[in-house]
Amino acid sequence: MIFDIEKIRTDFPILGREVNGRPLVYFDNGATTQKPKQVIDAITRYYADMNSNVHRGVHYLSQISTDAFEVTRRKVQAFIHAKHEHEIIITKGTTEAINIVASCYGRPFIDAGDEIIISAMEHHSNIVPWQMLCDEKGCKLRIIPMNDNGELAIEAYKSLFSERTKLVSFTYVSNALGTVNPVKEMIDIAHEHGVPVLVDGAQAIQHVAIDVQALDVDFFAFSGHKMYGPTGVGVLYGKEELLNKMPPYQGGGDMIKDVTFEKTTYNELPFKFEAGTPNIEAGICLGDAIDYIEGIGLDAIKAYEDELLAYATSRLSEIEGIRFIGTAEQKSSVISFVVDGVHPYDIGVILDKLGIAVRTGHHCAQPVMDAFDIPGTVRVSLAMYNTKEEVDALIEGLKRALNMLL
Amino acid sequence: MTINEIQEELIEDFSFYQDWMEKYEYIIQLGKEVPLIKEEYKKDDYIIKGCQSKVWLYPELRDGKVYFTADSDAVITKGLVSLMVKVLSGHTPQEIAQTDLYFIDKIGLKEHLSPTRANGLLSMVKQMKLYAVALQMRA
Repeated sequence: MIFDIEKIRTDFPILGREVNGRPLVYFDNGATTQKPKQVIDAITRYYADMNSNVHRGVHYLSQISTDAFEVTRRKVQAFIHAKHEHEIIITKGTTEAINIVASCYGRPFIDAGDEIIISAMEHHSNIVPWQMLCDEKGCKLRIIPMNDNGELAIEAYKSLFSERTKLVSFTYVSNALGTVNPVKEMIDIAHEHGVPVLVDGAQAIQHVAIDVQALDVDFFAFSGHKMYGPTGVGVLYGKEELLNKMPPYQGGGDMIKDVTFEKTTYNELPFKFEAGTPNIEAGICLGDAIDYIEGIGLDAIKAYEDELLAYATSRLSEIEGIRFIGTAEQKSSVISFVVDGVHPYDIGVILDKLGIAVRTGHHCAQPVMDAFDIPGTVRVSLAMYNTKEEVDALIEGLKRALNMLL
Repeated sequence: MTINEIQEELIEDFSFYQDWMEKYEYIIQLGKEVPLIKEEYKKDDYIIKGCQSKVWLYPELRDGKVYFTADSDAVITKGLVSLMVKVLSGHTPQEIAQTDLYFIDKIGLKEHLSPTRANGLLSMVKQMKLYAVALQMRA
């Protein structure tokens, strides 16, 4: 398949706008991606043509919105190669997906003195839910260390297991460093100890083809808005056997079979984890985002993004005093850096004035910043619609900024 | 000079800069002129929360007037805190607590006043007024 960057860029209306009198250069894709008109139009179409609550009414609109919502579930199933469609839980996002596991797997199956392994490069969303669980239950966190390049130490990881290890949870791609972790190897190691694994796929789903069965991962979480889809929707994949063992997350509508004041019987998968009216429009249009990605092909996207990453890394190396934070051999779409003597925040402000959107700060991964002993970084995160010309604009902007700031 | 006279002077200073780059260069320059906080006060007690960069601010009451010293690890933020010190330092707690800082809008920095801005200009203003009130109560 030919990767037609011109065509792709015209699909994203926002890329045509100006910011501070300059053409927008959007390099904050790790925070959220822009949406193609196929997704934007689908959102409008939903409200114009089919708005109705799902899983309830017998009337026509309720039927078609329910059908459309369930079509997305099947698209997600196919997209990540899950065995069953009821293994796909539609959530608000990655954070909620992780919290469901912490709550519904953690509370019943992890006790005082038990251990949970996470890594040193986790987003706060994959730290705090486990800390809260540990506070409640008296279990302990064990941390997989990383080296100076931002790669996890696999030998050290192996040594963290004990008979008290009950769960492993780590990210596929680091949002702050861009490191791609050897997930398959790490899952296999956990399984040798009989421990289930949750993988945070928030930064992977838009860049890497995922096959949850080939990975044999037990739980997999990701967000719609980071994969060109709407905000407020995400996915928790879980193996049927595990999900069936878990109690519901929240009580409410949709998650029940029968309710009397004496007793409630819970609904089956996936609905027992989907209490209340979901974000229907986002749920449906996530399917359109998947269609869009599949129409281009993740392999083609990955090849293009990898080339762009290499180009951006090499051009940024021209900048005097630059220090890359995260120099792993396997990286995806993220370049984090600091420049000697300059605060990342100052760089971000000047780049913004030039119409260039980057993220500055700790990227919700403060422990990562502490490990490198820096207050934060400038993060350039790429998407399929970015170009070498935009990288050139960044370099020019960065040189101007440093000229002012140094 | 009164607070408002200083505000007027700054509005005039900034009116010479049409270009955002010049404006920011001026702000950075102002940062270099800020009365620096003593190293011993550069600790968490005097950090202003709500900034992506670190801002330290220390108030002192002398002869019934409040004097601020400050610093930041980011030069633009340092310029912003310097601006605030320039306007508010050397006035009575009452004057500081009651002042309306209209110059921020007039010099085109209103965007920095949004509560969600990472530079925390709003937090700086709040903290300076709080210090003023606290010193007034102690006096």
